[in-house]
Amino acid sequence: MLDYLKILFTGSIFANALIVGVLLSVCASLLGVSLVLKKYAMIGDGLSHVSFAAMAVAVATGQSPLAFSLPLVMLTAFLLLRLSEKSRVKGDAAIAVVSTAALAVGAIAARGTNIDIESYLFGSVVAVTRQDVILTVAVAAVTLLLYVLFYNRIFAVTFDETYLAAGGGHPAVYNAVIAILTAVTVVVGMRLVGALLISALILFPPLSAMRLFKSFRGVVTAAAVLSVFSFLTALVVSLFLDVSTSACIVLLDLLIFGGAALFRTLQKGGA
Amino acid sequence: MALLTCENLCLAYDKKVVLSGLSFTVERGNCLCVVGENGSGKSTLMKALLGLLPVAGGTISFGEGLSRKEIAYLPQQSVFQENFPASVREVVLSGRLSRKGFLSFYNREDRQTAERYMEKLGILSLEDSSFQTLSGGQRQRVLLARALSSEPELLLIDEPTTGLDPVMTGDFYDLLEEIVSLGKTVIMVTHDTAAALRYATHILHLHNRPLFFGSSEAYQNSAVGRKYLGK
Repeated sequence: MLDYLKILFTGSIFANALIVGVLLSVCASLLGVSLVLKKYAMIGDGLSHVSFAAMAVAVATGQSPLAFSLPLVMLTAFLLLRLSEKSRVKGDAAIAVVSTAALAVGAIAARGTNIDIESYLFGSVVAVTRQDVILTVAVAAVTLLLYVLFYNRIFAVTFDETYLAAGGGHPAVYNAVIAILTAVTVVVGMRLVGALLISALILFPPLSAMRLFKSFRGVVTAAAVLSVFSFLTALVVSLFLDVSTSACIVLLDLLIFGGAALFRTLQKGGA
Repeated sequence: MALLTCENLCLAYDKKVVLSGLSFTVERGNCLCVVGENGSGKSTLMKALLGLLPVAGGTISFGEGLSRKEIAYLPQQSVFQENFPASVREVVLSGRLSRKGFLSFYNREDRQTAERYMEKLGILSLEDSSFQTLSGGQRQRVLLARALSSEPELLLIDEPTTGLDPVMTGDFYDLLEEIVSLGKTVIMVTHDTAAALRYATHILHLHNRPLFFGSSEAYQNSAVGRKYLGK
């Protein structure tokens, strides 16, 4: 047992999982703050299912999964955000429609191929390849760079889109940036934590952080820190107990959220 | 040329005309109050002036080199969601964004300007407080500080006294008087006609079309004004 763990922790599998997981946790939580506040919390869920369907179709038709799914998921993200603004179908309903339809398409397309549905739905940390690491580092670098460059405008578009538009800013551009970055993060992230659980990375850290901090900067920073913390802890715990890492992340996130909510309640009661 | 000129403006929502045949001008230093009943097209006009609603007919044109970046806006308070994490400082600083180019990092000038207006409006001590925990009057000061931080030529104000108690309303009008005395041009949409008359240099009375446009003295003596003011 100890030898097994030693190999796991010193080997490249663990290093790969560590790099990919930390970077994804940071990206997802940063984008998550804006998505949760703009009431698009479920978009990660919808996109991951589309990503699953796209990968299944790509494998079934013999195309490169990533090259096929990435543009498709970006397009979906873009349309979902636009749809929610303009159309008669409300955002939450639109996301639910896309989400379930994609899952159905994926399930049918995956039949007869050698796709391991379970690893797509629940992810597998140890299945992270060298290629995944390179891709994740690239995606995270772009996401973090854009996030830092546009940080003040991302705050503005999240807090008061109308004011930004009235001042000659272009909220549509920054919304599109958020949508595209979310799409990329989801596509890359679902290989690690799975289609069913990727939205937990987007949802939980911001929700917990919002209960602890009152400024936007505080929430963004805390979300990133909490996200990395729960990933690292869950990774170690899951390897020791030999259970699903993504499930561990979600349960730990839930625990942190519970703690944060309790803290908030106590604070309010005391004040 | 006037700072703002609207000519034969027609505005519509979903192809349904809300406001038509509207022509008026705003000169630098004017305080124009737009009055009228609910559904008279006041808010629609505000949206169009902000560039949020395309005009269905006629034109809105800016003069004296005014660009959209020099227009600031004080929105109604109901538009903000509960529990949004934002400090007073963050909200006020975001007013500087319209002055920024592609890169939007705040520099020392931005921070000093924001601080100056926070001080002027008496909210500097609240700068680290959460925007959402403030009272209605304090929030309005924060939003006003945000608008003024962009050092605008033209300030658009939408129903400023909605949701404020009488004391806060009085405070707001004191602030408004100060802004007008600084030489800022103001266009304010309000249902509070009596108060509007005290501060406005000009009145535009709407009822899906202009019923009156002219100076506030002329309005008080006009048939529309007398009827609306109950004299």
